Amino acid sequence: MNEVSHKNFATTGPETATGNRGLQIEEPLLFEIGATSFTGVDVEEPEAFESRLGDVERRDTMGLPGLSEPETMRHFVRLSQKNYAIDTGIFPLGSCTMKHNPRLNEKMARLPGIGDIHPLQPQKTVQGAIELMMQLSDWLTRLTGMPAVALSPKAGAHGELCGMIAIRAAIEAKGEADTRRVVLVPDSAHGTNPATAALLGFSVRSIAAEKDGTVRASAVRGALGADVAAMMLTNPNTCGLFEPEIAEIAKALHEAGAYLYCDGANFNAIAGKVRPGDLGVDAMHINLHKTFSTPHGGGGPGAGPVVFSDSLAPFAPLPLMKKGADGQLELIEEEASSGDAKPFGRLTAFHGQMGMFVRALAYMMSFGEDGIRQASEDAVLNANYLRALLKDSMSQPFGDRICMHEVLFDDDFLKGTDISTLDFAKAMIDEGFHPMTMYFPLVVHGAMLIEPTESESKRSLDQFAHSLKALAKAAKHGDKERFKYAPHFAPLRRLDETRAARQPILSYTPPTRRAAE
Amino acid sequence: MRYLPHTAEERRAMLATIGVGSVNELFADVPGEFLVDGIDGLPRHKSEMHVERTLSELASRNIPAGSVPFFAGCGAYKHHVPATVDHIIQRSEFMTAYTPYQPEIAQGTLQYLFEFQTQVAALTGMEVANASMYDGSTATAEAVLMAHRVTKRKKAILFGNLHPHYRAVVETISRYSEHETIDLPSAPNTEFDFEIDDETSCIVVQYPGVFGGARDLTPLAELAHKHGALLIVVVTEAMSFGALRSPGSMGADIVVAEGQSIGNGLNFGGPYLGLFATRQKFLRQMPGRLCGETVDEDGKRGFVLTLSTREQHIRRDKATSNICTNSGLCALAFTVHMTLLGETGLKKLARLNHANAVALADRLAAVPRVEIVTPHFFNEFTIRTPKPGAEVIDALVDHGVIGGVPASRLFSGDGLDDLIIVAATEINTSEDREAYATALREVLA
Repeated sequence: MNEVSHKNFATTGPETATGNRGLQIEEPLLFEIGATSFTGVDVEEPEAFESRLGDVERRDTMGLPGLSEPETMRHFVRLSQKNYAIDTGIFPLGSCTMKHNPRLNEKMARLPGIGDIHPLQPQKTVQGAIELMMQLSDWLTRLTGMPAVALSPKAGAHGELCGMIAIRAAIEAKGEADTRRVVLVPDSAHGTNPATAALLGFSVRSIAAEKDGTVRASAVRGALGADVAAMMLTNPNTCGLFEPEIAEIAKALHEAGAYLYCDGANFNAIAGKVRPGDLGVDAMHINLHKTFSTPHGGGGPGAGPVVFSDSLAPFAPLPLMKKGADGQLELIEEEASSGDAKPFGRLTAFHGQMGMFVRALAYMMSFGEDGIRQASEDAVLNANYLRALLKDSMSQPFGDRICMHEVLFDDDFLKGTDISTLDFAKAMIDEGFHPMTMYFPLVVHGAMLIEPTESESKRSLDQFAHSLKALAKAAKHGDKERFKYAPHFAPLRRLDETRAARQPILSYTPPTRRAAE
Repeated sequence: MRYLPHTAEERRAMLATIGVGSVNELFADVPGEFLVDGIDGLPRHKSEMHVERTLSELASRNIPAGSVPFFAGCGAYKHHVPATVDHIIQRSEFMTAYTPYQPEIAQGTLQYLFEFQTQVAALTGMEVANASMYDGSTATAEAVLMAHRVTKRKKAILFGNLHPHYRAVVETISRYSEHETIDLPSAPNTEFDFEIDDETSCIVVQYPGVFGGARDLTPLAELAHKHGALLIVVVTEAMSFGALRSPGSMGADIVVAEGQSIGNGLNFGGPYLGLFATRQKFLRQMPGRLCGETVDEDGKRGFVLTLSTREQHIRRDKATSNICTNSGLCALAFTVHMTLLGETGLKKLARLNHANAVALADRLAAVPRVEIVTPHFFNEFTIRTPKPGAEVIDALVDHGVIGGVPASRLFSGDGLDDLIIVAATEINTSEDREAYATALREVLA
């Protein structure tokens, strides 16, 4: 414990015997609470029977304790109280789109006819489920202006994989698999873009962005050649700006025999206002957990359906959906039954994230096409409102210009204060807020990317801006302790991430075993 | 609109603060020709009651597993999930949180991920587990890619008892990432009898297999290791961990599993939960998020995401995987259910599953012309019927029974049309078994 943090601790009150501080309650690991001989589930005893497990019956112990129901409730409720969440307050993570999660959607996902159906039960017993998937597809294709959709990808990065495999399959079909080996990626892209391209054996050619983070068609033309398979472009981009030349970029790519993959992580800024198909996009994933509000759940599950242009539609992966002549809906699960289509294969067992499909569809039906447009407009309005409130206190890398759904600041306003973006973010925790995205996009020094989403009221935004202005002022006035030792008021102080990586402890070891080792 | 807080007056005031006259001025970067003010063919906003009614109507056209005698498995299983689980995963602080990038205000998520990793490592008999993947099938593909990285080889052998969807996922990823797969023929009870050379990076085997059979994998591990290859064990029914020797104890190098059975519902195939565990020495080649223990500035124990230099947001095109989002909330459901069960409860529950499967197999074997194909199994086995399995299953629906998955749904063209893969879990009663046997007798008559 260093001197300064000790001083701050002292000002927060006395040490307690439990280590608890009022409602902030210490909670051990469940392995430190329960006994392996105990179970919190009453399981019926079967009638006598003869085992048919053969020679693989388990006889060892695993060391996993069980807890009673009240202990289990208390353990996890106490843990939950150490989390910040969208239901707690504004969660302004740029690029992550933390918007309100309507509870109707949860209720719908738990209808027995949705949550309690098996992916391989006879298709005549799940006609409503296939209909639901078709309705979701209809919404997605109309909103994007693109003719086809693959629902099965499990998250955004999985969707990228889906879109890029379709592009590879299309290139193979043209006999150009060996020559088109390069994917263009702007240096402001999400890390998943180059990772996906590399996974598929493409080499990544970086495209420098303009000073304002956007990409010029001339830069793309300059990088194009017979070796280019595709470009991956995020629109609106990771700096929160609409790519003004995206249609020209698409045209240039198509003329050169290449495809445009659009990272749709930021579709929530333009849904209902701009159709990516009109811009010339060939494939785009849609993060249902961003744009269409399925809960992020502390890191998933997500869902990343991919929409396709006419040129890529035939390569969409299994399963496909079809309405038969008799009105029966069908999931086509095998290539042999897929007719003229040339599915590139399969990305996951079964049909995708049904639980997310129903939530997203409930969201879309609730908003309607008018509400989706209004939500996009409010998201953009809220980001620009924060920009207007903060422009004199914080610094913007490209000058004061309009943005889309997220507003980007850099650390220039902290110059000479010895306070970093990280320190600033941690001080926001003391103010009762979750910090914004830090140090991303990489192209901006000390980046702070704020995405308020349409869910925030004016009052919430005013409060948030008021707090950030106060922090910026404190930083400029040299109130360093506030920042360097932040957070002061979170369940834990700053954590030692270097130590975690240097000597990784990734699971619980009982003290006796740990001592022996 | 009930989800949008602004009044028209507030919107006007905010636009004035920004210094623009209309919201469309904020879309000035979009070339005008691409801005639309309506989307053809989509309805306007609807009340909560209306949406609930519409979706409930769609749901009512499906037959829920809990409403009939139900015996389908093949990678997705109907189990009883304690009410506590759903309550906890619906807590706002878990459900509406993001990936725990700010550990000081995400210890709830991080601690349960640490507990999850511990449980998964213990169940699989491995040293380290990650914080989850999308599902069992994608975890299998990631395991194969990891084996290629570890061995610096490019060929995977897929044993014939691997779920065909899993096989298709591995083949798809392998093909487009320029790796090779060798598919061994599929049939119940095939022997470990195949060619392997020193170019092979891994053997992928399912345990229990897709037909339900379970056997000692030690010889397979020895075979793989003799050739410098890894053994990847795929478990599609996580409940089996309570009854069967762990893959780790039989020499597995990577264990992947579908974790849906513990804590998670059927959900028509997703969201599910990929479990991924391996040996400590392969840690740096592992895909996916990892949660690790550390201390804060006051020396108090805490947890953080760690070893992220493997991951795409740091390593970009050199990352071990492109995965970003995983299955956090499904992992929480798994961990809550496992916390209630403990190993004692899991073993009891697994025993009940096995007992019900044995009882069902005996009951179905008594139906004329029905043969049990798999002599050893956990909670799933294969039967042969004198009529095509797909026809039998279809006819059983008309008798109010969902009797399993016809092999032809997974293996079309492989000559397995007379097989049905049947699962039994703790949910099945003796009345369910009787209803199945009676219906089957009538269908086959």
